[in-house]
Amino acid sequence: MTDNHATDPVIHNPVGPAQAAGKPRPPRNQWLDVWDQFRTHKGALAGAAFFIFIVLAVSIGPWLWTVDPTFIDIRARNQGPSLTHPFGTDQLGRDLLARMIKGGQTSVSVGLMAMALSVFLGTAVGVLAGYFRKLDGPLMRFTDLFLALPLLPLLLVILLLFRDVLRAAFGPEAGIFILVVGVIGITSWMQTARIVRGDVLAIKEREFVLAARSIGTPNRRMITRHILPNVLSPIMVSATLGIANAIITESALSFLGFGFPSDFPTWGRLLYDSTDYLQQFPERVMWPGLAISLTVLSVNYIGDGLRDALDPRIRGR
Amino acid sequence: MLTFTIRRLVISIPTLLFIALVIFLLLELSPGDPMANVPLTVPPEVKEQMRLALGLGEPVHIRFFKWIVQFFWIEPLNLIDHFLGTGFAEGKLRVISWQTRSPVMDIVVQRLPQTLWVVGLSYVVGVAIALPIGIYSAYRQYSLFDQAGTFVSMIGYSVPPFFSGVLVIVIFSVKLGWLPSIYDTTHVVDSWDSFVVQLQQMIMPVMVLALQTTAQISRFMRASMLDNLNQDYVRTARAKGMTERVVVLTHVLRNSMIPVVTVIALGVPGIFGGAIITEQVFKVNGIGQLLITAIQANDLPMVQTLTFIFAVLIVLFNLIADVLYGILDPRIRYD
Repeated sequence: MTDNHATDPVIHNPVGPAQAAGKPRPPRNQWLDVWDQFRTHKGALAGAAFFIFIVLAVSIGPWLWTVDPTFIDIRARNQGPSLTHPFGTDQLGRDLLARMIKGGQTSVSVGLMAMALSVFLGTAVGVLAGYFRKLDGPLMRFTDLFLALPLLPLLLVILLLFRDVLRAAFGPEAGIFILVVGVIGITSWMQTARIVRGDVLAIKEREFVLAARSIGTPNRRMITRHILPNVLSPIMVSATLGIANAIITESALSFLGFGFPSDFPTWGRLLYDSTDYLQQFPERVMWPGLAISLTVLSVNYIGDGLRDALDPRIRGR
Repeated sequence: MLTFTIRRLVISIPTLLFIALVIFLLLELSPGDPMANVPLTVPPEVKEQMRLALGLGEPVHIRFFKWIVQFFWIEPLNLIDHFLGTGFAEGKLRVISWQTRSPVMDIVVQRLPQTLWVVGLSYVVGVAIALPIGIYSAYRQYSLFDQAGTFVSMIGYSVPPFFSGVLVIVIFSVKLGWLPSIYDTTHVVDSWDSFVVQLQQMIMPVMVLALQTTAQISRFMRASMLDNLNQDYVRTARAKGMTERVVVLTHVLRNSMIPVVTVIALGVPGIFGGAIITEQVFKVNGIGQLLITAIQANDLPMVQTLTFIFAVLIVLFNLIADVLYGILDPRIRYD
């Protein structure tokens, strides 16, 4: 992931020739430039298309495929793919396509929410540590401590400990959802914080910040108006990668049997349930496994494309 | 160099203590009760006495201190006794598992070889595959090989081990029937045939874990080689008339290995964490599987000890990475 694109030669440079010809270019929104560069990355484009497809499928899928994912039809159990059940049915006769859609809803929303939480925490810590010299030492030591924690064992322990408490407080489904999103968010913000801090430290020394300070801009507006917009690109890249990380972590937790319960399917849980029937119905592990892998792959490609597109040195402006 | 190492060592002590405290306090909240298995006919006051006998009546800070002493003083003493036959730790209370009522460390020592064989070997295999791939794809940047390498490592990042593991089981165990899907730890290697069986059962878990390692390390190797290939000293070496082989494999490779070696060291504890999942997929009864069963059985001393062992590994390999970086790159030492 740490391809050093800064040292790569520029291969696609759609803007360069236009400048060389000396034609006056109409002013362009910078996001249009980002999009132009993003479009040249075939993998990223395919990834974005696939991710949009998945998000659409899980959000409007339940209206198109109206079978109840929890409906038990014991006489139609363990069926292979057919017209009535395109993905087949499980050991209780529940429709697997409906369960995949329902599971995708949970997996994707856990991914997005946990990413939002971890990006928020990471950005907050990173900006505070980079901007305020006094906070830098303590916050970064704190980040280092978090990086030294054995995360997967701790995640399992936390899930086990707080499961019943949150279930009692928010109900069985919302409680476990909050718990999973919370623990993934709280344990994955460190990389973002480090990257953001580094960038803030560099931007703080620039002239425009000095200029803004000289006209008496207060710290709060300094951060929101001048610092944050300039560290947006690393934040966006780490946000994309955060989605992939969160989806994998949630699936891993569910796969180990510590995440969502069986009647509340996620892709990881479906995969875990299918492995019990691996000998008889090996094709059943494919759907959730492929869904997880392809979603994560597409998100990773989007991240790769975004990194190139948001880097002005590569974009050639 | 010595002061550099000592400074790093001193920093890692408070880190470890903090992590120990976090783990301890987290488990303090746990609803688990060691008396849960005691028959209901035992009266509550007797149960209370049994609880006190386990040391659960003491205040939190005293129990934390005692646990630290047990972990860092009594357990090492036991290790010395075991190897030298001395009696330093005689009569001292060790960390006792609530599940088996035997010392936690004894069980960990039983389980460790399985994990080390599978995890350790997979890491070695992964690194051994990754380095040549990284070197070659940097040397021929944007070639077909490089593109393929990028794609494979993207897959290595994206396909989680609990799917790639299940996938290879479906292909090689269920469909083709070539390899066993379950890792048999009681298998004894004493002849060529049994060695072949051992090889067959190891190949899937090792390759699944190695894929992850390869994906990461080969990318690092490639990026690091690319950084160095454009440097002035490479041009100088070529201008002196050195063969391409010497330039790439001696001059560039040595310098590019500096960050890669530290990344390899940093990845070791992470692979232990990933092994938790792989061990679950292939039913290897290593320490990852031990941790899962201990969590499910609410065996707090076991969970505490294992989690802390993982933490010690992370801190230790961070330290090793730092020191290695200092040894390999003199500029780092003087910051």
